[in-house]
Amino acid sequence: MPEVLVFATLNGLVTGLLLFMLASGLTVIFSMMGVLNFAHASFYMLGAYFAYSISLYFGYWTGLILAPLIVGVLGALVERYGLRRVHQHGHVAELVFTFGLAFLIEEAVQFFWGQDTKNYQTPDLLDFPLFTLFGQEFSAYRGFMLTISIGIFIGLYQVLTRSRVGLIIQAAISHPHMVANLGHNVPLIFTAVFGVGTALAGLAGVIAGPVLTTFPGMALVLGSIVFVIVVIGGLGSLPGALIASLLIGLLQSYAIAANVGMPELLELLGLEFPRSHPLDDLWTLNLAQIAPVLPFLLLVLVLIFRPTGLMGKREQ
Amino acid sequence: MKTLAAKWGLWGGYLAVLLLLPQVFDSILAISIFNQMAIAIVFALSYNMLLGQGGMLSFGHAVYFGLGGFLAVHVLRLMEFEAMYFSIALIPLIGGLTGLLAGIFVGSFSTRKAGTVFAMISLGIGELVAASSLIFTGFFGGEAGVSGDRTFGPPLFGMDFFSDTDVYYLAVFWVFVSTLFMYLFTRTPAGRMANAVRDNPERAEFIGYSARWVRFISFCAAGTFAGVAGGLFALNYEFVTDENLNLVTSGRVLLMAYIGGLGFFIGPIIGAIILTLMNFLLSNYTELFLLYLGILFVLTVLFLPRGFAGFIMMHQAAWLRGRLHGLALPYLLTGLPALLFILSAVCLLELSHASEPVLHFLGLSLARDSALSWAGLVLGAGLGAFLTARSTPGLRRAWEAANAPETRGGRERAS
Repeated sequence: MPEVLVFATLNGLVTGLLLFMLASGLTVIFSMMGVLNFAHASFYMLGAYFAYSISLYFGYWTGLILAPLIVGVLGALVERYGLRRVHQHGHVAELVFTFGLAFLIEEAVQFFWGQDTKNYQTPDLLDFPLFTLFGQEFSAYRGFMLTISIGIFIGLYQVLTRSRVGLIIQAAISHPHMVANLGHNVPLIFTAVFGVGTALAGLAGVIAGPVLTTFPGMALVLGSIVFVIVVIGGLGSLPGALIASLLIGLLQSYAIAANVGMPELLELLGLEFPRSHPLDDLWTLNLAQIAPVLPFLLLVLVLIFRPTGLMGKREQ
Repeated sequence: MKTLAAKWGLWGGYLAVLLLLPQVFDSILAISIFNQMAIAIVFALSYNMLLGQGGMLSFGHAVYFGLGGFLAVHVLRLMEFEAMYFSIALIPLIGGLTGLLAGIFVGSFSTRKAGTVFAMISLGIGELVAASSLIFTGFFGGEAGVSGDRTFGPPLFGMDFFSDTDVYYLAVFWVFVSTLFMYLFTRTPAGRMANAVRDNPERAEFIGYSARWVRFISFCAAGTFAGVAGGLFALNYEFVTDENLNLVTSGRVLLMAYIGGLGFFIGPIIGAIILTLMNFLLSNYTELFLLYLGILFVLTVLFLPRGFAGFIMMHQAAWLRGRLHGLALPYLLTGLPALLFILSAVCLLELSHASEPVLHFLGLSLARDSALSWAGLVLGAGLGAFLTARSTPGLRRAWEAANAPETRGGRERAS
């Protein structure tokens, strides 16, 4: 039992911090522009695909640096020539635009790279077990993912709260007109933040691609979960996004690891049900099966009982 | 009186077109496309009740469509095993009732807010139901879905529903009734208040209406008609799977309504027809259909925020002033190069994706290895783009001239 718990916790942390890399960009973009970027996970997918293509010619490490940059530039272009144009038609139009963009990127990825799963490998340098615990190996690559994610979190936090740029960004979020009056180019700040946010998503894609497999559906798999995290954490709240990311990561990891379900529960309660109902799959359900549903259940519950999310203050 | 007559004429014409279509195009293929269109029209119109008229952006509208379809197909199965006696003609009603019940349940907590919160709840519910459909295989049939047989009901007016044509006439009835009711809904106080709440919920509350209650009514009505569409789907295909209630279907109905034009009653009808036709015409010829659809959708959101219907309605002012003919030549001058650009770009995409060495497309034979065909296409695309860019200022001037207010009074007031 302890080994299950330790590994579930470690895997949950890896997933949670990876989700945070996506959620942090999404939530900062939301607090600036008030639009939830549906295509955010598509940039994550683009990161993985670009890095895969680059790694074929120049190796993994070049891809790790170049792919997020390309994705960031793409993101900035999307903000400048797409979102800004749609902005005048209101939030619904913006949300619909990013939805369409997500759809388009998925199709474009299939056009350029095909529908099959890409054999995107972890670098040889990190292809060894970091440590062995209770007879199970924890790969060095997962340790690397953990390090990068924590590094990004600390770096982002420092930049946003300690640096001059971070202060201007924070000010632009709460008082855009005042910041503009002080002579800062607010639209440029928006574009830059959008670019950096998408670059972070791209970086997450680069490091997640080899582990979570690089295929055209990878954006869809993670996309709605990242949405869930941002909403649960409270729209626009960075600490909230961190807590929610870890919560979701651990929750899913534990649910998959735990080998309990309705049969055990019914046995515990000493109940028995006749099995002749169209919904009698309910009585054989176990936690691993409903793990993919849990985030959405949590989302609906949070939105009903606390629409501002865990740490959110803004009532919109 | 004149407008009343025009309105009656319009609805009569709509019914006549629906009834005459299978007489004009009577191939099996055409009928199956008409059936698809009929389902899409009801579904897209129901979506417009939410987004166009109520201002609620939903990413989970397929839930009501799919649940309606599943219940309908289960009733078909019960009829098949003679566990239940029911009329085939009323199957869409089963779907509608299911949609209504699901709408009442979900709407009771999701309509408190519009905007992002509503969109997120709808996404969450959509994902929840889609995921549950794969868990509860007893009811949803897992990945294989549930199939039924529509020919076990009592015959209706001599129709036994063996052929798609019988289904079409039944669908016509439901499409006409649904369209009529959805139109009439927009004229009721509830429909009018839905518009008010969409535009300014605060003001609506100040004059004594509960924004939440108004949204709830629209939401339930939209769920009902989505369920009717689902019931029609079950009748037409005799087969419902988890794909009918997941995000893909929800996204497709959003595309239809948006491309057709939100806010105009006729918009979603146009969108449903265009997308069904595109789906049929293009998906046989190209594997890149969804890519084109994505491009079309993003371009519509960027440049035609009110969709095709909005584009047509933009010309109303010029038409009323009798200046529409002045736009014909500028449109032609911009449209033809744009068409050249689009066709060349499509050929380029197709050629780069072709699996065979020679691609036969649009009457052209393009060799993948020949530099000439690549160069020709690039040249065509470049020329088209250049000429389009050159002629747009002229089009803009013509547009402004056609829409400029009258300089001398009189005619303006008369029209």
